Parts: sequence; structure tokens; C-alpha cells
Amino acid sequence: MKLLLVAEYREGKLQGSANDLMAFAGKMGAESAMFLVGTEADVPKFEGTLYLADVQSCGEYNPAVHKQLVLEAVSRSKAEMVVFSHSSYGWDLAPRVAFALKAAQVSEVVEVVEGVPVAPVCNSKLRRKVAVKTGQTVLTLQSGAFSLADEPSGTPVIEKISSTGGSVMSFGGYEQAVQGGVDLTKAQVIVSAGRGIGKPENIAIIAGLAKALKGEYGASRPVVDAEWAEHNRQVGTTGQTVSPKLYVACGISGAIQHLAGMKKSEFVVAINTDKDAPIGEVADVLVVADLKTFIPVLTEKINAL
Amino acid sequence: MNILVCIKQVPDMESKFKVDGAGRWYDGADLAWRMNEYDEYAVEQAVQLKEKTGADLTVLCIGPERVKETMKKALAMGCDRGVHVADEASSTKDPFSIASIIAEFAGSKSFDLIFTGMQSQDRGSAQVGVLVAEMLGVPCITTIVGFAYEGGTISVKRELEGGVKAKVTSPVPALVTCQLGLNTPRYPTLPNIMKAKKKELVSVPVADLLKAQALAETSALYFPEKKGGGLVLEGDAGDLADKLIRILKEKTAVLA
Ligand SMILES: Cc1cc2nc3c(=O)[nH]c(=O)nc-3n(C[C@H](O)[C@H](O)[C@H](O)COP(=O)(O)OP(=O)(O)OC[C@H]3O[C@@H](n4cnc5c(N)ncnc54)[C@H](O)[C@@H]3O)c2cc1C
Ligand SMILES: Nc1ncnc2c1ncn2[C@@H]1O[C@H](COP(=O)(O)O)[C@@H](O)[C@H]1O
Repeated sequence: MKLLLVAEYREGKLQGSANDLMAFAGKMGAESAMFLVGTEADVPKFEGTLYLADVQSCGEYNPAVHKQLVLEAVSRSKAEMVVFSHSSYGWDLAPRVAFALKAAQVSEVVEVVEGVPVAPVCNSKLRRKVAVKTGQTVLTLQSGAFSLADEPSGTPVIEKISSTGGSVMSFGGYEQAVQGGVDLTKAQVIVSAGRGIGKPENIAIIAGLAKALKGEYGASRPVVDAEWAEHNRQVGTTGQTVSPKLYVACGISGAIQHLAGMKKSEFVVAINTDKDAPIGEVADVLVVADLKTFIPVLTEKINAL
Repeated sequence: MNILVCIKQVPDMESKFKVDGAGRWYDGADLAWRMNEYDEYAVEQAVQLKEKTGADLTVLCIGPERVKETMKKALAMGCDRGVHVADEASSTKDPFSIASIIAEFAGSKSFDLIFTGMQSQDRGSAQVGVLVAEMLGVPCITTIVGFAYEGGTISVKRELEGGVKAKVTSPVPALVTCQLGLNTPRYPTLPNIMKAKKKELVSVPVADLLKAQALAETSALYFPEKKGGGLVLEGDAGDLADKLIRILKEKTAVLA
């Protein structure tokens, strides 16, 4: 089995996901080559061939051009499996490559059991094995599902590739997230509100517990999208990555994008009415209760200590 | 303008799931069904565009008879007509087959814009939208959190990791996949729910539109092994609070 690992480059930097791809290749015990639209000055530590296209001429985001480049690398490397990260780059590009190759794609792979990729279903409550019927396969890997034990080493053998194609789409630069206000990354205790709080007024219950614990309150994405909390309080892949001594997840189901932002917390308490909520998998303590009745009682007792 | 929005019906994620008899999917009995969350943003954006440009808006959904309930919500939100692709076996179809059905339907209709969700909440492949665009040969922009249309060009914001956004423009025809937070999906009002009952909602047998062979299939569905093994506390609020305080004192320094 030959793999082509598709590494990522953004805002002038190689992204760390290349390591996850190498960890996956290691697990598969497969021969692999790597692909990158980037620069020669910033290549992954990797033992093998790196098909490198120049980001200056190809652009950081230009899916039509990147697709052609990946296809060129697939044909040169004779890859049977093309592996992406399940990231904004990967889920955008992978189906385009899969379609061109007439290959099946399996998304958000969390493990491979006896050669069969496994993907999550229903917010990770269930898993499924996916039987692929095509010769070539395209995979996207769930972020964090595969990781290297040691820092990678090696110097890749660079094979340059280029594209003459264009695109009707045009990329007009990046817009950075708004900075300022609370800095959750410095908080020792974070109590986060999820959709389970039900209505904006209930932020007060969460903020009250945070105050009793001398911490800050955070939020899951739906709470921020609904504008019940500011974006700088959002924990997760598209918000903050935090690692407090104590993280209390209130009415949060535990979607992978939320977990990615808080799973390095030292101690995790979850308060949820659903005993099977996936947050239970990362929680040291899962309190099965309605947060609206339980948290005020808890806060009062803590304040009385 | 001619717009298409694709929606999927999914179970409420807080449901108690059971694996079905064949061991390949979840059991559909006793579940509460709703519109895929991402698709609510797609419908809202399509309706807003229709309100602005006077476009004609079709909503399409592939699935068994029950999906019509979810389609009625989209009609009540403002879609003009519904096309239900009747398929009792839609849950066994891979993203490639679902996309082929949509592309087959859309192929002859010359839609200026197609809206889909970025992913479905149950199977979550994030493939169908992109595949439809590739099949139709139109540009596709995924994971949008900002959308504007002006004189044949769309200007969108794609969401990247860490809250960074990429600004992208494209001429129409195009397809966009919608991310959470793109807008604030409206709640259908009672008068609009009544009006929706009179809107056209046709059913087309899936066999009329399915020309492709599946590339993959789910061979087994199962519950992951519980690894976390954290402590689960249940009971009366007062007792629970006492227990939790004791644990926090023992295991963390935050109450010291
Ligand atoms: C590309 C991408 C990026 C994303 N980035 C992020 C991110 O950065 N951060 C993030 O959080 N999400 C992110 N998401 C969204 C994520 O997938 C989930 O949709 C989101 O985390 C769900 O938030 P939630 O747990 O608050 O809500 P839900 O999933 O709706 O869960 C609500 C929970 O509350 C419980 N509950 C309900 N009522 C009560 C009650 N009275 N008492 C106690 N519990 C109750 C329910 O049992 C349920 O478990 C992203 C998604 C995508 C696709
Ligand atoms: N059965 C279906 N009927 C109509 N549209 C669908 C269906 N399945 C998926 N889609 C659309 O494709 C998007 C992505 O789905 P998926 O690739 O399954 O994650 C969804 O948000 C819907 O807009």
C-alpha cells in the first residue's frame, strides 16, 4: 500500500497536522510520500519524497489548482490512498480529489481496524466501519485521532511540481478573529455554558458558578453563535484552546470540535441530563442532572465553604 | 435567479440510539426527527437571497416519507416548492450516490446558486455539497460564515481553524456549503406554516434520478467502547453537590 499524505500550509507557515498524517502512515506500516503547497524553506521533517508546489504561484487557497497538483502527485507517486486532515483545507479539497480519481472517500477517520476505516456517527455516540469498493481511496483523519509519540526527523527528497491551471474563484486574504476582552487561556478554572442552558438569561447561572470557583466562564459554539456570549469565550477548534486546572462543561454534549479545545484540562466535570453524552468520555466526573436546578445548589454550597 | 437548497432530515442527537437488526445503521423507530442543523443556515441564507432578489427557491430532500415533515418547515421558512426524492433506503447510500441524485436533478435546471449544509449531523461526511459541485462543474466554497450576492458575484467568508476567515469571491453559478452561525435561522410563523401547506411538494421516485453505483457502504455500526471511565453521579441535587465538592477538594486545588 502506497500513501500520499497531504500536508497544509497557511498564512506563511507549515501546519502541525503533517505530524498526524505521519503517525497514521506509521500505524498503517505503509510506504508514503508527502504533498505540500508551500515553500522550500519550511518543509516537514520527513523521510521520503515530498511533492512540493510553490505557494507564491499557486496560492494558499485555490482549490481548483490544488486539486490538479494533488492529482499530479498521486500519479507520480502511484498512491493508492490519499490522506488529508479533516480540516478546513482537507474537507474542502478531499472530495474534489476523490471525484477526479473516481475513488471512495471516508471522512473523519478515527481508526483503522483490520484495514477497514472507522468513522464517527451522531456526534461520536456511534461508530461505523466503511467498506470501500474502489481501488484508490481518499481519507480525511479526525484531528487528534493519530499522533506521533516522538518528534519526526529526516529530510525529504523534494520533487517540484507546478500547475498552469487557473480558477474563476478568487481569494481575497484573511480576516483575523477579534482579539481583546477575557483571555481564557490564562484562567485556572473555566465553567462553560452549552446549548443546554436553554436561554440567554441562564448565562448568569454559569457565570455565578465560575465566580464561586474564582474562574472565568466560557461557552460552546451555539451559545456564541446565538450571541449569548462573546466569541473570545468560545472554546474549541474555531475558538480558544484552553488547559485550566478545572473545566466544568455545563449542558455541553462534547462534540469533537469542542473537545479539541478543552481536553488538555487537568480535571473535567460535566453536568448533563444525558448520561450517554459524549462529554462523559473525557470527564473525570459526570453529574447527571438538570443544570438549572443543580448548579444554583452547588454554587450556594461552594459560597458557604 | 433560480436557487436550490438541499436539506437532510436527521435524528435529534440527544436520542437514545439503538443499532438496527442488520447491524448497519441506527434503528429509526422511536426517534425524534429534525432538520440537519447546518441545513437550517442554508435554508435561511437561500430565503434571505430570495427576499432580496425575488429569486425562485426549490428545496430538495432525499429520504423516506417522513422527511416531508422537515421539508414543510423549509417551505414555512420561505422556500417556494419542495422536491422530495422518495427513497426508503437513503440511509444506506454513500455520499457519492446522494450527490449523484442531486446532480442528476439539478443538471437540467440551471440553478444559479445551490446551498447545502457543510455536513450532516448523523453521518457527517462533509462530502455531498462538494461532490455535487464537481459533478455539475461549478465552483464550490465550503464552510461559509458570511455571504453576500451582488450582480452575479458572491462574496463569502470561509471559516478556518482558530476563528480565522478567508475572503473568497466567485461568479455564479456556484455552490456553497453553510456553517453554523452563518445567520440566525428564522422560526416559521403560524401564518407561514399555514401558507406552506398550500405550496407544491412533489415526490419523485429515487430510481428516476439514481444513475450511479455506490463507491462505499457502511459495513457495521456499533457503540464505541467506553474508555473514559469517569465517575458518574446521579441523585438528589443537594447530595450531588456535596459529593462533587468532596471530589473537587480531594482531586483539585481549586477549593483549597
Ligand atoms: C468546523 C466546525 C468547527 C466547530 N467549532 C466549534 C468550536 O470551536 N467550539 C464548539 O463548542 N463547537 C464547535 N463546533 C460545533 C460542534 O460540532 C457542536 O455543534 C457544538 O459543540 C455543540 O454545542 P453544545 O454541546 O453546547 O450543544 P449540543 O450538542 O446541542 O448539546 C447540548 C447538551 O446539553 C444537554 N442538556 C440539555 N438540557 C440540559 C439541562 N437542562 N441540563 C443539563 N444538560 C442539558 C444535552 O443533553 C446535550 O448534551 C464546530 C463545528 C464544526 C463543523
Ligand atoms: N439525503 C439528503 N437529501 C438532501 N440533501 C442532503 C442529503 N444528505 C446530505 N445532503 C446535503 O449535503 C450536506 C452534506 O452532507 P454530508 O456529506 O452527508 O455530510 C447536507 O448538509 C445537506 O445539505
